[in-house]
Amino acid sequence: MATLAETGGAGRGRRSPLLHLSDRGTVIFLGILAALAIGVPLLNQLPESSVFHVPTYLVSLFGKYVCYALLALAVDLVWGYCGILSLGHGAFFALGGYAMGMYLMRQIGDRGVYGHPVLPDFMVFLNWKELPWFWYGFDNFGFAMLMVMLAPGALAFVFGWFAFRSRVTGVYLSIITQALTYALMLAFFQNDMGFGGNNGLTDFRDILGLDLRSDGVRNGLFVASVLALALGYIICRMIVASRFGKVLIAIRDGESRTRFLGYKVEYYKLFVFTLSAVLAGIAGALYVPQVGIINPGEFSPINSIEIVIWVALGGRGYLYGAVLGAAGVNLAKSYLTVAFPEIWLFFLGGLFVLTTLFLPKGFIGLITESRLFRRRAKEGQGDG
Amino acid sequence: MVLIRRLAKLFSAVLLLATLAPAASAQTGLEDALAGLTARSFSDKETAILAIAASGDPRAETLLQALQEGDLYFRRSDDRMVFVRDAEKGYDISDALTGEELGNVGKRKVRKVSINNKLRGVLKSALGGLRLFAPDDGARAEAARALLSDPDPAMLSGIERALAAEEAARVAELLTLARAAILAQSGPVEDRLAAVAALDGSMNPDVWAVLGRLANAEGDGDTQTVAQAASEALARIDSQKQLYQILETIFFGLSLGAVLLLAAVGLAITFGVMGVINMAHGEMLMIGAYTTFVVQQLMPNAIEYSLFVAIPAAFIVTGLIGIGIERSVIRVLYGRPLETLLATFGISLALQQAVRTIFSPLNQPVITPDWLSGFYEVNGALSITYNRLYIIIFCLLVFAALLAILKRTHLGLQMRAVTQNRKMASAMGIRTGWVDAMTFGLGSGVAGIGGVALSQLTNVGPNLGQAYIIDSFMVVVFGGVGNLWGAFVGAMTLGVANKFMEPFTGAVVAKILVLVFIILFIQRRPRGLFALKGRAVES
Repeated sequence: MATLAETGGAGRGRRSPLLHLSDRGTVIFLGILAALAIGVPLLNQLPESSVFHVPTYLVSLFGKYVCYALLALAVDLVWGYCGILSLGHGAFFALGGYAMGMYLMRQIGDRGVYGHPVLPDFMVFLNWKELPWFWYGFDNFGFAMLMVMLAPGALAFVFGWFAFRSRVTGVYLSIITQALTYALMLAFFQNDMGFGGNNGLTDFRDILGLDLRSDGVRNGLFVASVLALALGYIICRMIVASRFGKVLIAIRDGESRTRFLGYKVEYYKLFVFTLSAVLAGIAGALYVPQVGIINPGEFSPINSIEIVIWVALGGRGYLYGAVLGAAGVNLAKSYLTVAFPEIWLFFLGGLFVLTTLFLPKGFIGLITESRLFRRRAKEGQGDG
Repeated sequence: MVLIRRLAKLFSAVLLLATLAPAASAQTGLEDALAGLTARSFSDKETAILAIAASGDPRAETLLQALQEGDLYFRRSDDRMVFVRDAEKGYDISDALTGEELGNVGKRKVRKVSINNKLRGVLKSALGGLRLFAPDDGARAEAARALLSDPDPAMLSGIERALAAEEAARVAELLTLARAAILAQSGPVEDRLAAVAALDGSMNPDVWAVLGRLANAEGDGDTQTVAQAASEALARIDSQKQLYQILETIFFGLSLGAVLLLAAVGLAITFGVMGVINMAHGEMLMIGAYTTFVVQQLMPNAIEYSLFVAIPAAFIVTGLIGIGIERSVIRVLYGRPLETLLATFGISLALQQAVRTIFSPLNQPVITPDWLSGFYEVNGALSITYNRLYIIIFCLLVFAALLAILKRTHLGLQMRAVTQNRKMASAMGIRTGWVDAMTFGLGSGVAGIGGVALSQLTNVGPNLGQAYIIDSFMVVVFGGVGNLWGAFVGAMTLGVANKFMEPFTGAVVAKILVLVFIILFIQRRPRGLFALKGRAVES
């Protein structure tokens, strides 16, 4: 376990949380995000003949990575700073996605295959007569966005309330979070749950009355995703740099000791877990319109574990490490699953093993450490 | 000399005649009876039918069957009995007795043996009676069952004759029930009540129907008395049936529990003894199942024995893979359970892909030996399928073997020592590294054996392991780590609970409820049912 002093980015003297945003990593990171948010839509406007033209499908693909990055950020917040290894964050992501999907389904209106003014196609297909109560209000964008945050947040709050209060920790917590997402997957596969069963929600057309397939909306969603990621990053950075964040790190490194020092460990954990779930839900909500479908497969335990490996590979406890890991692994996935579909799982499996064996602090950790090593070596020379 | 030769000839002729005679006479008996069917009068035909039924000839049943179905005709030219099949033009006919093909004839050349409703009844009971004397036990039981489902007073004498001659207990029981079902319908009230009493307590669904009809019958005092007795008998049967149903559910639950235990017990060892979360455990199950497949491919002529080869083979293969994983990866990660979890998950992905590449992404056909299929019928309400029964027995054997290894062998002693206090064990000269490797090998090997069992129950494909890994974790976490009995109780409880909920909620919802229950249970007892106590817990 890393000690307090080793944690990069956090814990350097007493400054206002806002000032922490001026540290170098953060500035570079936010700069890159800003460049992305402006650059990608601009390059998309170039004529198709241009070498620098970014086709719209790529914009959506990048948007997808950005959503994954936000999800990874959420996992890093709980795992990297509070030591809670959640193997169920895919569930929060999917719940946010479903909330958005329900809004998009209601936006279809009477343009579905069956042309029913209110009921989505799958309900007509299942011979449902009226909208189930939990679908009410989803025709309102504001309400839907509220649910995007509330549904995963509430689940995380209730789950965390029970789990942290009874001091379920370590691998036990990991396993029951996995059971949670597995149970949700089974439930959402049920047709009579009212969420489209096996096929999930798809065939979306409009968002806020605008055509979902138009270039403008695609670019807009991309920019929104980047902004969400930037905002999420700023929130997380402020939290981990504050006094609160230091308690989180203390919990990670010695839960019992922190408790004996008088901190209400479970409340800290509960807050950060719930916040992380909300971030994951927002990531899911931005992901769904860009991908065009949400189905119960998103709940599958393997997805949640994959998120963890993004974080582990990028480097946990740095925030931008998680983002880097998510983007890197998914780029490799997009390339390998097309070019060498046989290789992909070997590659991913190998990443898991090699990262844990040789890169316990991830990619960022490797860089930081080697820089530290070089500096020490230099100082050593100066002394000698 | 001539005389002697003549005598010998004569003698052999007599001998020949003697052997032929009974066959010839039976033939003529059946033939004579058959000839009677050409008569116009229905009463003559009835006599003929009864004669055919009484002839004892094996062909009688086919003949009567054909008559019942309207396929029996006779040729107008010579009154020869023939079976008739529709052809493009006219009929294809064959001799009813010898089966000799007689070619195609015009429709007018033959005449159908007509029957009326009365004859249909006669035929039916004659056929039923005939089948009661069939040489095959199964056929007799089938006939008796048919009589029970449709009790016909005309068959009473036939049943009684059959009952007297019956040797198979199973058939005799059915016949007794059929007899009682007939007697209960009519006659003096004492006899009817006695018959109802005889039916009482039987789990046969047909008896249930017979009693139901009796209980709902409307009529005079006697009928009412019988109806009263019948409904009382029904109530008793119903409550007994419920009991059997519960027994059956428990049996199903135990067999599911046995499957879970086979899947999870290896995990209980590695998790319990070493504190290592082995996410590749599911893949050990899968590799065990694939070993079964390979073994069956290698010995296609001895499928019946393939499982006995597959069990040790799977143990060795998965055990070696397990030791390999332990030495190469897990050893490096001791004391970092979450990292171990991730690394072994990576291994599980690679193993899945390896199986996909080597075999195929599709499911592989694993053959179930004959002795594993079939069922034992305890009574009408409860039957025990052999594969479920064997899986319970197999699971108990594996569990007992594991307990014996842990409690009676040197390795087991060292394993327990390392579980209780690794540092102290090391200080006492136990090579903890070696014990860890052996423990991991043992756990993986047992998972491989579990895989052999699973190959008989589910599809053998690259995803087999994933389907069981979460269940396995649930069992171990629920039962409590570091305790084989915990895994045992956990698996059986979850299996039985699952099966008890299934009828009310459906299989998937039952599973969800079990998962939710475990999640809540962990809140109450974060270390499972049988938790280790003491300082070891905190580390």
